[in-house]
Amino acid sequence: MTETFKPADAAQLREVVAWAAAEEIPLDLAGSGTKRGYGRPVQARHAVDLSAISGILAYEPEELILTAAAATPMAEIEAAISAKGQMLAFEPVDLSALLGAAAGGGTIGGALACGISGPRRVKAGAARDHLLGFHAVSGRGEIFKAGSKVVKNVTGYDLPKIFCGSLGTLGAMTEVTVKVLPAPPKARTVLLFGLDVAAAVRAMTDALNSPFEVSGAALLPASIAARSAIDMVRAAGASVVALRIEGTPASVAARCSGLRALLAGRAPDEELHSMRSRRLWVEIRDVGALLPDAAAALWRVSVPPAAAPAITAALPGDWFLDWGGGLIWIAVPPGTEAEATRIRGAVAAAGTGGHATLLRAPASLRAGIDVFHPQPAALARLSARVKESFDPKRILNPGRLYAGV
Amino acid sequence: MLKMPALDEGVLARRDRIVADLRAIVPGEGVIDSEAGRRAYECDALTAYRQMPMVVVLPSTTDQVAQVLRYCRDNGIKVVPRGAGTGLSGSALPLGDGVLLAMGKFNRILEIDYDNRVVVCQPGVTNLGITTAVQGDGFYYAPDPSSQIACTIGGNVAENSGGVHCLKYGVTTNNVLGVELVTIDGEVLRIGGKHLDADAYDLLGVIVGSEGLLGVVTEVTVRILRKPDTARAVLLGFPSVEQGGACVAAIISAGIIPGGMEMMDKPAIVAAEAFVHANYPLDVESLLIVELDGPAAEVEELIGSVEEIARAHGAVYARTSESEEERLRFWAGRKSAFPAVGRIGPDYYCMDGTIPRRRLPEVLRRMYELADSYGLRLANVFHAGDGNLHPLILYDASKPGDTERAESFGADILRLCVEVGGVLTGEHGVGVEKRDLMGAMFGEADLAQQQRLKCAFDPGGLLNPGKVFPVLHRCAELGRMHVRRGELPFPELPRF
Repeated sequence: MTETFKPADAAQLREVVAWAAAEEIPLDLAGSGTKRGYGRPVQARHAVDLSAISGILAYEPEELILTAAAATPMAEIEAAISAKGQMLAFEPVDLSALLGAAAGGGTIGGALACGISGPRRVKAGAARDHLLGFHAVSGRGEIFKAGSKVVKNVTGYDLPKIFCGSLGTLGAMTEVTVKVLPAPPKARTVLLFGLDVAAAVRAMTDALNSPFEVSGAALLPASIAARSAIDMVRAAGASVVALRIEGTPASVAARCSGLRALLAGRAPDEELHSMRSRRLWVEIRDVGALLPDAAAALWRVSVPPAAAPAITAALPGDWFLDWGGGLIWIAVPPGTEAEATRIRGAVAAAGTGGHATLLRAPASLRAGIDVFHPQPAALARLSARVKESFDPKRILNPGRLYAGV
Repeated sequence: MLKMPALDEGVLARRDRIVADLRAIVPGEGVIDSEAGRRAYECDALTAYRQMPMVVVLPSTTDQVAQVLRYCRDNGIKVVPRGAGTGLSGSALPLGDGVLLAMGKFNRILEIDYDNRVVVCQPGVTNLGITTAVQGDGFYYAPDPSSQIACTIGGNVAENSGGVHCLKYGVTTNNVLGVELVTIDGEVLRIGGKHLDADAYDLLGVIVGSEGLLGVVTEVTVRILRKPDTARAVLLGFPSVEQGGACVAAIISAGIIPGGMEMMDKPAIVAAEAFVHANYPLDVESLLIVELDGPAAEVEELIGSVEEIARAHGAVYARTSESEEERLRFWAGRKSAFPAVGRIGPDYYCMDGTIPRRRLPEVLRRMYELADSYGLRLANVFHAGDGNLHPLILYDASKPGDTERAESFGADILRLCVEVGGVLTGEHGVGVEKRDLMGAMFGEADLAQQQRLKCAFDPGGLLNPGKVFPVLHRCAELGRMHVRRGELPFPELPRF
């Protein structure tokens, strides 16, 4: 890349994009750039560093909303809202360490543009459920806004949804408004030891289907559990099912005992309290501590939870389950297309839908295979038309999602 | 007078031929062209606007939907999809030269899958029908619009419908995981499914709430939830609207997200009490129903907190439901507020703006000033937790000029919502009702970008034209770029 532009505000960004659109010059967009290794490699002539477009613009805890410039560091957002006892309920994943960047360096815009949600997805919704509105510069070099700054709105198309996970291929967001929610004062984790995959998924399903409001359900196979920094998990010597319960103290205590009674007799169980519970879910959320081989290719597979036992039986490499089985993290040696074929083949063989994304791999591998799940032809054509409706010259992060999109 | 797209005389001249062709696709009674038959479809629940459709088609298979849409595309015929017709914004208002595609025959639940916590169903299944199918096993579908006994899940998807429990459990878009969508090209797309996130572009996210402008949904996969162990409600009365509003803010600031939190102002309280005798206090200016649901231990704890907060904010009436019967009685007044107000109307017009909650006292005061200046009466019910207002304007349609005054008053209310930082519609949709107000909330660039997205799905503009967008532009015109080649301006821009 020959030059990096660093616009100070939306107006300067608009000038850059309008010029690039006129000249048909592709741009590589990034906030702090911690997730640059995610997606297909972008072939861009110039880079745009959005990091100056930063700062919290409005935070109204009692309205449950926060508006910030898009490249505001996530750490700054987390600090502001946790001071008021609130949180981003989708539990943003910090991919920095996985992707070779310093931990905690990401931005709110980056987290939303990647659209990856943490363990609480099963109860509180995904990143896309918490982006209420945004301002952006489209690939046409035009400033536009979408959504709103209130928590309930159905006026016009819900463009915030499609911007989540679009990886900067539709527009460069300059301002985002997100829904913030009260953070639970207390969290505990019920652990079950030694269940096989089928029994573990059964237990997670029964827990998620119970009235005890489980807000995290993961399975760490024995070899993965052994890597945990939490003694009770590391020393298990067996697989570990983790079931999280959050809320007020009295409620958490009552629900934990209710849950243990529901699952009694299936496996030896234990309870993790406060700090140790919190640290375990950070490990599960950010993945790197549990799948630490930095040279491995890392896959993220999203499937109906009940399909997890059949799919994992056919998988190569190390893996663990989040979302009650609905999310499978897999680390494999970065070889060739063979792993992609095998992993996607396992999803297809289960016959119940889902998709597999290559979250981390050397650029050469990401350039050569489908990083995102290949789409049926009609859907791929629609995706390409959607891209063009925002970015007709295909100058914004071209090819990051799909070749040609 | 509502301006709709110009009638296509060419299409109207070919009507008999079109009807015959459609009968070849959907046999028997699935094509309705008689005047009496079409009459039943001339409006949705926004009854002020009526229009006979050119022809009504009731397909019963996805393949028929695909064939009808492809036929309409090939022949340049407009299509208006319709669910149960309970929508309040006129999204399903027919077009005089269009096919009204009524999805009522798609009324089967296809799969109940507890292991994945989803129900797969056809779009004509009613909202309550989903809950009914799973409640025996202790589950339910969370979004609960007031019309849930009649409205369909397909209509909910089109309108992104809400309900009284959506502060805690989300609106339709937060509870739908997948759809089968037929495009105007007749292509059948599966978007999403039983898994929890999108593979690339979250197309599902824009399809939900698109008011029938992007495609026709023929199957829906929704998330179901385990029914909470306990639900109890607290009824709170305040001597002023301000104090009620401050109590709502304080409850949320205390970290409590109630299952439902509804407010009524005095005219609504009086009307509801007279109608259903819910034992509401009549000497208060605002009434709050706060419902706490969840595990029994938690509900117990939170009820204590809410009662304490309410006392600190000047509540002069507080009663907590001691039985399921009493909880339902608290709700009975709120749930019947619309017909209750309708009794003193004789007609009412329901608005649906959302505002930042802290602006409530000011917005209410200005709404009542507007009511005085229009010479019309007003009652307010309000999803207090999320700031979604439902002002009910009382008027008499038999009085000359009253309907127009009510509409004009309603438009002023919605402009006021936008002025204070809110939106035109929180859960009812834009349709034709708020179409011409879109410019109050969105600039031209904002609206053009939304319409370009429509062009990606429907380049011919045949799906539900005349709804949502105040001005129709051709896709070619929207796609044109005015580029000025040359040097990069902003020479001072930092670069490396």
